[in-house]
Amino acid sequence: MSTVSHTQEAPEATEPPVPPSPVHAELLRRARRRRRARTVLFHVLSWGLAVVILYPGVWMLLSAFRPSNQIIGQTGLIPDETTLDNFRKALEGIGGISFWTFFGNSMILAVGSVMGICLSCSVSAYAFARIDFPGRRIFFALMIGTLLLPFHVVIIPQFIMFNEIGWTDSYGPLLIGKFLATEAFFVFLMVQFMRNLPRELDESARIDGAGHPRIFFSIVLPLMRPVLATASIFAFIWSWNDFLAPLIYLRSPDSYPLPLMLRQYTDQTTVSDYGAQMAAAVLALVPVLLFFVLFQRYIVEGVATQGLKG
Amino acid sequence: MSLTQQASPGAPQDRPTRRPKPPGARRRAAETRAGYAFLAPWLLGFIALTAGPMLASLYLAFTNYHPIRGGSWIGLDNFSRLFDDSRFLDSAQVTAIYAVVGTPIKLVAALGVAMLLNSRRRGQGTYRSLFYAPSLIGASVSVAIVWKAVFNDQGIVDDIGQFFGMPAGGWVGNPDLTLPMMILLAVWQFGAPMVIFLAGLKQIPNELYEAAQVDGAGPWRQFVRITLPMLSPVLFFNLVLETINSFQVFASAFIISGGTGGPANSTLFYTLYLYQRGFGQGQLGYAAAMAWLLVIVVGIITLVFFKTSKYWVHYSGDGR
Repeated sequence: MSTVSHTQEAPEATEPPVPPSPVHAELLRRARRRRRARTVLFHVLSWGLAVVILYPGVWMLLSAFRPSNQIIGQTGLIPDETTLDNFRKALEGIGGISFWTFFGNSMILAVGSVMGICLSCSVSAYAFARIDFPGRRIFFALMIGTLLLPFHVVIIPQFIMFNEIGWTDSYGPLLIGKFLATEAFFVFLMVQFMRNLPRELDESARIDGAGHPRIFFSIVLPLMRPVLATASIFAFIWSWNDFLAPLIYLRSPDSYPLPLMLRQYTDQTTVSDYGAQMAAAVLALVPVLLFFVLFQRYIVEGVATQGLKG
Repeated sequence: MSLTQQASPGAPQDRPTRRPKPPGARRRAAETRAGYAFLAPWLLGFIALTAGPMLASLYLAFTNYHPIRGGSWIGLDNFSRLFDDSRFLDSAQVTAIYAVVGTPIKLVAALGVAMLLNSRRRGQGTYRSLFYAPSLIGASVSVAIVWKAVFNDQGIVDDIGQFFGMPAGGWVGNPDLTLPMMILLAVWQFGAPMVIFLAGLKQIPNELYEAAQVDGAGPWRQFVRITLPMLSPVLFFNLVLETINSFQVFASAFIISGGTGGPANSTLFYTLYLYQRGFGQGQLGYAAAMAWLLVIVVGIITLVFFKTSKYWVHYSGDGR
């Protein structure tokens, strides 16, 4: 689209020192009008898109305040009657286990994931980005390869393995991989970031006699704050939303994280209380949305820079 | 960035007398030791949780392993049974349609919106973040629940559909409409590729467009001759990533169909069927065969993308 060039042309057009001829003035006016029309079109399109995209979320939020029997079949957004009953019921939880138990479980898993990923991935990324040793290139290629590997191929043997060592129904299988840098996305993200840090920093530290541990902890790690923030946000949200791994490994309901609690609501066997279901779905999303509102710049830029280099 | 400022507190204040440089060999050995020490977490994870399990699942694929009954070597039986298994064929078909139809639609949407947002206008950043939001929550159970409600009979999509003359009854229970519904869910999450496209668009030098305009090229010609070629590396990246992602849908299909993959296997995604076989019925050998088949297919697709990329991906301008 040629939108960009228009903004560029405008200052040139106003430049001539001679007062603009009538023809020239007319052209200017037309250009300005066209630019305004484009701006209007931009906002109309963007707004239209925003409405369509946000509808499901807004509908969910507002439905959570409707009486349970008025949810299905209501396509409008504004509830006729509002009630907080759904939230009360959602907070009661399921099967005598309070919502806050599930919430706490999710929190333990998410915080554990963030810690594991920040620790293990930053250390491993340092080896890839800053240390020269035989085998590095091969390992790096393998790491990139795991980025493209469908996870299906490892979940079955992993399940058997964790079953054999008696780890099922614990958080071990859900967290161990995070502490062993198995999520290549984060390693890759951090390698890319570290490569952009000036090499002179560690070189001068080396001359001063610092070894790799020292360089890593006192120089590189503090500079990695932005990428650690981005990684933490993604690690938290992905763990918070994860469904498959808890579904496979967790047996006792009081260890369930929120996605498994929500699944109970959708089970045919339990009473379909749509109101409580919507309220619980909303509550489960609150931390994610909070993160998003607070850190959306980090998130969006993290995605952008990660994608820049294939 | 204030790199040097932040770095100085960490560096030692007084410079000790410079040590004599160790002979190259010893120094290299030290580097190697440090390299492996730092790489240890990843290396351990790679061996224990990726490479080892991959080999194990390759072995399992040739057995009828069951978590309680154990298993024995059955050769290629799993693979030959797969092709007589109508549910497997359904799941492969569902996933293939989802990937082949959904991915291009999602990428076109992402590119279109990225181009819309690629101008310095007020609100651009806000729109960008808004449009990204679904990508972040799209795989969550909460969204699957809402999707199910929105596409149910009497949901808004059904109302709009009826307005355009479609039969009433909702999409969730109609085997012809569940896959389009799942594709819409994927397209709704166009935000991630959009952000990547946007970053790519910002890298295209303006002079190219100016020169093209001087030559009298219209918007379409500029798009085909400048935007697309300049964007092709990013397009390639998005295409590979989104295609692979599209094979991995699970939570939304599981929740919307109540774990069954119904109605009439129309939401029986590959992952869902693998889960049913492996973890529902304990046929872990069979599921391992499914997993390996998928790895092979994904591998071939990725290889084809990479091999054909030299014909349509242009690396120019950025020194590559």
